[in-house]
Amino acid sequence: MTAPLLEMEGIQKEFSGVRVLSDVRFSLRPGEVHALMGENGAGKSTLMKILGGVYEKDGGTVRIHGEEREIANPRRAGSLGIAMIHQELNLIPHLTVMENLFLGREFVYGRSGWIRWERMRKESRNWLERLGVDIDPSRKVGELSVGQQQMVEIARALSLEAKILVLDEPTAALTNREIDSLFEVIRSLRKQGVGMVYISHRMEEIFGICDRITVLRDGEYVGTRSVEETDMDELVRMMVGREVQNRYPRQPVAPGEERLRVEGLTRRGEVEDISFSIRAGEIVGLAGLMGAGRTETARLIFGARQPDRGSVWVSGAKVRIRRPEDAIRHGIAFVTENRKDEGLVLPLSVRENLSLPNLAALSSKGIIRGRKEESLARQQVERLSVKSAGLEQEVKTLSGGNQQKVVIGKWLATSPQVLILDEPTRGVDIGAKEEIYRLMDRLAREGMAILLISSDLPEVLGMSDRVLVMHEGRLNGEFTREEATQEKVMTAASGGEVTCRLP
Amino acid sequence: MQTPLNPSATRVGLAQKLGPLLGLGIIVVVLSIISRDFLSFTNIFNVLRQISINALLAFGMTFVILTGGIDLSVGSILALSGAFSAGMLAGGMDPFLAVLTGVAAGTLMGAANGVLVTKGKVAPFIATLATMTVYRGLTLVYTEGRPIAFNNDVFAMLGKGYFLEIPIPVLWMLGSFLILYFVLKNMTFGRHVYAIGGNEEAAMLSGIRTHRVKIGVYAISGFFSSLAGIILTSRLSSAQPTAGTTYELDAIAAVVLGGTSLAGGRGWITGTLIGAMIIGVLDNGLNLMNVSSFYQQVVKGGVILLAVLLDRSQKS
Repeated sequence: MTAPLLEMEGIQKEFSGVRVLSDVRFSLRPGEVHALMGENGAGKSTLMKILGGVYEKDGGTVRIHGEEREIANPRRAGSLGIAMIHQELNLIPHLTVMENLFLGREFVYGRSGWIRWERMRKESRNWLERLGVDIDPSRKVGELSVGQQQMVEIARALSLEAKILVLDEPTAALTNREIDSLFEVIRSLRKQGVGMVYISHRMEEIFGICDRITVLRDGEYVGTRSVEETDMDELVRMMVGREVQNRYPRQPVAPGEERLRVEGLTRRGEVEDISFSIRAGEIVGLAGLMGAGRTETARLIFGARQPDRGSVWVSGAKVRIRRPEDAIRHGIAFVTENRKDEGLVLPLSVRENLSLPNLAALSSKGIIRGRKEESLARQQVERLSVKSAGLEQEVKTLSGGNQQKVVIGKWLATSPQVLILDEPTRGVDIGAKEEIYRLMDRLAREGMAILLISSDLPEVLGMSDRVLVMHEGRLNGEFTREEATQEKVMTAASGGEVTCRLP
Repeated sequence: MQTPLNPSATRVGLAQKLGPLLGLGIIVVVLSIISRDFLSFTNIFNVLRQISINALLAFGMTFVILTGGIDLSVGSILALSGAFSAGMLAGGMDPFLAVLTGVAAGTLMGAANGVLVTKGKVAPFIATLATMTVYRGLTLVYTEGRPIAFNNDVFAMLGKGYFLEIPIPVLWMLGSFLILYFVLKNMTFGRHVYAIGGNEEAAMLSGIRTHRVKIGVYAISGFFSSLAGIILTSRLSSAQPTAGTTYELDAIAAVVLGGTSLAGGRGWITGTLIGAMIIGVLDNGLNLMNVSSFYQQVVKGGVILLAVLLDRSQKS
């Protein structure tokens, strides 16, 4: 067995008192591709940021080539031979490939600052050839495809003598052909003794290219397996872990008439041929990994974006939704994912936020009826028990849970038939979470049709009567409440039983 | 459990409202001690008449800034719509129609700014910087670079006349203020303006037609610019091709002095009125004290800086 390139042991990290990593270990051998897996929030990126010198660890040791090292900052990480290839590339699009490759360390005559272009070109070609890619060093980076840009980034890392390469979701934005050539590069780097950390949710890739897999869950180390001795089922179990307690008050009722139907909803590059329906009294969960197209689907239904194809039906009638205004009029409400960016107008008061989507109903001839507005706001505050110092408090100064209640309240006040909830409990404390769950259950019993988009699997399983699973912009599975298990949903979300396309 | 109201938050709000008024009060007291003429009845109306043009520009500017935009073209719109009205009058048109023409032209010019910003996705600063130049150029073309003089008693009343001893431009200003105050406080349009400035994405997702509102806001700015242009033209009995040059800066200064945030979403039109008064009173007082116009600019700039710095220190 080769001596390890990298050993991380007993890594601890806290953020303002909350432990996000405890006793995590990870190791990497020369020429190894080691996958790091876990659900969103399991601690993968925190661990890699510690390795990259972005965060400082609170405990544990990092050894590189057997020597203990402190990685105080990203510059130090670079000099230790650690390079990160992120999803968002760190290249300057207006500069050429060679300028990007040697940015900040250009070849010059003496100390004159006069660039030796021929030398730059030659060296660039050398590094790109080592990767076996054919890119003209004098082209502007912005003209290259994402895959080619990634190659430039990898070449830069190698030219900086990187021995440890962290690839964070490297295939997220690549086409199939680009993925193939990336894998060829990975295989050739492996022969050159470079160790690679491979972060991805895509099972087929992991089984296609990786040697070992380490799984994290809730900031803890779960285990390490070699690809030969494990399978997809085991990995999903490792990632999902503990059995779920019954924290969810959902008691399904017999569903009524169809409230929302979506047929063949398509927007190129985002979602493809989405069809489903929700009946009155039903809570339908929409699960999937980040970027699978769940929020995009909701935005298309709500008219915040226009689909290329497909239709939306509300209570049996086909409706044309060109903008959110139309959706609201047809009784659709959309509690958006990010309350600070999309849900609330922070400088406005609780009252003004609650009335915002209801102004048409609260006004006549463009003049807001002050008393009506106030009573609507008061009603929602009471219904959702929003804790504020009054209707005039700026929402900016409310706690996360209360802010979320204001977002839900402003939409409930529109008396919708269809309620879309996008990550309704993210960043909300447990007490507020349970209130939101109870509210969902009550609303469904009262006959509302609810679409619940969530990355929190136990939440989806606990609250939904039916679960739809999306994978890469398509629906890739539907389970009844009885059928749905974390394993099944995770498998469908990671691409299902797709046989390994990769060698 | 009751979440306690963040006490500093309310104080900032109150300070933001009282700050400009306090500033105005201090300047008035100081000036009335230094100059006996300052608090005379005639001088007060004189000041109010002088600020009316800047106040009208600043009212429209307040709407634009509340959405997070800016309008640099107000001075040029003022000149071009004033020139149109003067041109119509010189050609013998009915004064009422001449005013209407000028106002319609100004509103359209403003709406064009709004279309550039929304449909064209041009940053407001750049869009209105460009149209500022275009509208100014068109003014020079229309006037052939020379003042357009006319003679019309009815039109002259608009800028020079008095109603119950109150200068008519002051009535324009106060009337506009009351209407706009009501629009911002009680009308859905006003609420939409604040919502867009506070969070345009959230506003859009709440069903607000954000493009429509923004075009409306620039049109309002154009409307009040042309109103100011007509008053100025009336007062001078002629349209000057270079009228209103750099007026946009005083208008922005009035809005900022009044406590409206350039980031949008926060502010009030009463503050803008007070801001315009601060600038007007300073100009007037320094004139009464015979301070050279060169030093006046230094003082004015200093006051703006001081106001903004005070505002900062309260927020942090």
